[in-house]
Amino acid sequence: MLHVLRAAIAGGRVTTTYPSMPETAPPAFRGAPTIDPARCDCSAACVDACPAAAISLTPDRGQGRTWQLDLARCVFCGECARACPNEALTMSGAFELATHSRTDLLTVVHHGQSASSRGASEPVAGWQTQPGQSGQENSHGLVGQRGMAAKAERSGQFEDNSGDLGGRLTDRLQRLLRRSLHIRQLDAGSDNATEWELQALLNPVYDVQRLGIDVVASPRHADLLFVTGPVTRNLDAALKTAYAAMPAPRLVVAAGAEACGGGVWQGSYAHAGGVDRVLPVDVYIPGDPPRPQAIVYGLLLTLDRVEQKRSRTEFFR
Amino acid sequence: MSLPGVALGEPGRRATPTLAELVAAVAGATLTAGDTPAQDRIVVPVRHLADACAAVNEGLNAPLAMMVGLDDRARSGAFRLVYVFSAGDRWVSVEAAVDPGCSEFPSVTPRLPAAHWYEREVQDLLGLAPIGHPDPRRLVLHESWPAGSYPLRKDFDPAAASPVQSPEPPRFHHLHGEGIVEIPVGPIHAGVIEPGHFRFAAVGEVVLHLEARLFFTHRGVEKTAEGRSVRHGLQIAERACGVCACSHAVSYCQAVESIAGAAIPARATALRTIFLELERLYNHVGDLGNMCSGVGFAVGTSQGARLKEDLQRLNERLSGHRFLRGICTLGGVTRDVDAEACRDLLATLERVEDGTRRFVDLLLSTEPVLERLAGTGVVPSATARLFGTVGVAARASGIDRDARRDRPYAGYGGLHVPVSLHEGGDVLARLRVRIDETFASFRLIQALVEELSDGPLAVALPSLPAYRVGIGVTESPRGENVHWLRTGPNGTIDRYRIRSASFANWPIVTMAVPGNMVPDFPLINKSFELCYACLDR
Repeated sequence: MLHVLRAAIAGGRVTTTYPSMPETAPPAFRGAPTIDPARCDCSAACVDACPAAAISLTPDRGQGRTWQLDLARCVFCGECARACPNEALTMSGAFELATHSRTDLLTVVHHGQSASSRGASEPVAGWQTQPGQSGQENSHGLVGQRGMAAKAERSGQFEDNSGDLGGRLTDRLQRLLRRSLHIRQLDAGSDNATEWELQALLNPVYDVQRLGIDVVASPRHADLLFVTGPVTRNLDAALKTAYAAMPAPRLVVAAGAEACGGGVWQGSYAHAGGVDRVLPVDVYIPGDPPRPQAIVYGLLLTLDRVEQKRSRTEFFR
Repeated sequence: MSLPGVALGEPGRRATPTLAELVAAVAGATLTAGDTPAQDRIVVPVRHLADACAAVNEGLNAPLAMMVGLDDRARSGAFRLVYVFSAGDRWVSVEAAVDPGCSEFPSVTPRLPAAHWYEREVQDLLGLAPIGHPDPRRLVLHESWPAGSYPLRKDFDPAAASPVQSPEPPRFHHLHGEGIVEIPVGPIHAGVIEPGHFRFAAVGEVVLHLEARLFFTHRGVEKTAEGRSVRHGLQIAERACGVCACSHAVSYCQAVESIAGAAIPARATALRTIFLELERLYNHVGDLGNMCSGVGFAVGTSQGARLKEDLQRLNERLSGHRFLRGICTLGGVTRDVDAEACRDLLATLERVEDGTRRFVDLLLSTEPVLERLAGTGVVPSATARLFGTVGVAARASGIDRDARRDRPYAGYGGLHVPVSLHEGGDVLARLRVRIDETFASFRLIQALVEELSDGPLAVALPSLPAYRVGIGVTESPRGENVHWLRTGPNGTIDRYRIRSASFANWPIVTMAVPGNMVPDFPLINKSFELCYACLDR
């Protein structure tokens, strides 16, 4: 018994300071692809290279073209960046990508009429970046964050205010969730990687229990259904049953590329193509899989929704 | 478990006949060269399929590595069944055409039990009925899937396959008798784990029979790959499974590269090997921790999780991905591991090895833990051999089988790969194999880093000929992942079949449980550490 205690104590403290302190991903990490419109010559190499049909290039009403990236589908493989002949695409280190609405995961670039004949490397006039669908209300009646640019801004704020973020979270949890957010994970056909990352949140390094977040066994005890996978036919009934068993107010998080938009399995006969085809989704956490910090970030974002949702509905009844 | 009336191949007891002699003894069989140098192909009339399979299996002591069915009606006017056997460092395929008019074939399973799930899968996905199969129930497509709709047929129309509204309940085997209770569990479980349904027939705490209903996460992986470019195919391959991503990626690359006849640069093969061993490490070390949670030894669980996290962070620093995705590309690797990264790699591994050593010492000196592991979930060697068990589970039951040594791929040719063998077949034996392999991996990576040669990271593949078959295999942390791929026109995929180690080993799990207590099931299950995602595909 003593040798067990000794081993437990000898390990020391390994818990991360995230989210109280910001954390950057290592340089090799492949986060959200970013486009430099000035370098893009619409070769469509990225469209062909993408295994998840996350990138499209379609004609505009005029003679221009619209380039669009859907982070809900993106599997962060980096094939687009490798394929681009002009290095217009790069894999950034951004991993705090969770949003409330799927439209916020779109990056849209309009390629103006004047640009179609331009050379590859010179800056192209007439490009404008229009991330997301600015100012539109999403399905839950809330104004969404505004796409990639806003996200970059937000992660900037995140770093500036890093000192109090953990504090803010704790305040919210104490006030709104009685110090606890209980998660029920449901694998709706995932590749098992997101499960491992959620499990990692319970290891001594991430230890989300320190933030008042815990994983529970029964949907009846859960505030939040954490769904992974594209919702396979064989799990459709199980997912709906688990959701129905949860007490209101209940939240749904779609975690990972498969859950957000079907991942590389586009057009398969065997699944729905994403959680939002089956259940209302409150927060999308892109990533293939999202790294543990990205999941923590997504859960933080979800708690904002709890605040709004509860103040409007059951909580003060 | 003993199965009377089944002869088992015993290596070394009699002279091994040549392949040509075996083929000559089977009526109507012809031997031809395969599409790549490592393959032999036996074409046989469908009525003699079982004879030919048994001849290869028993005569060459060659376990069944894979069975694939394909809709070849457009090219040859028939469906084709291909049973692939692993004969030393060669692949022997037994092939038969199935007349689309009758869509049935004589089941090989009564002669070769390892074929049982493959044939059920072919029945579900291609609509070819194995006549004489002892258990022809549905396997991959559950009851809500409409009858008469077969997704792997080339003329399959997804629109015509809408779910059955009130499906029949699934059929299970039931045990009747005084005191027997049936305990259904899943598909959704209490922990953060993958879905599967288990039915225990138990008397008191003792399990008499266990049946597993799986394939809940069936995503249609193989159909999704059809018609896509081989480059997209790689992204599909490494997403078939989250936690053996590198192994699946390398298996796939090897299948394609064998068709292309490409020679991969030495630095690329060495780097692939380093990443394959890193994959083994983070899985094995994590599994040692998970086995502790199976016996309620929280300190061990925590130590295993910490060490695994260290290794996954190393993965992310070296490859950009915690599960090693995106490191392989057709013809080589995408990233280099430079001198500074090598220093990081060796320093991290030294620290993790030290931690693992202390963790293992703790584990093996804690008597209550060992008591739970010893004698639990025994798989006899004969059963393991009969059902084609692979990987850690095979080696823990005394089967001397490791693809790294037996058919050296990537950089394993120049390495001494120690194969850890234990005879017990129980949870403890599987734990000991993992421990041995973990420490062997540290040595292998050190050797690879020391001998890392300079050179290019990848070669460009020539354009691929159409309708050629390539087979790739890697020894993943769970066992052999075999990928079978047939090219289509213009560098596309015509048919792709993934035989993961989990597919080979799942049937054995249900056989290891009877005779044990119900609460030992999670522990036994964890000791196999199989994946549902790459089983279900």
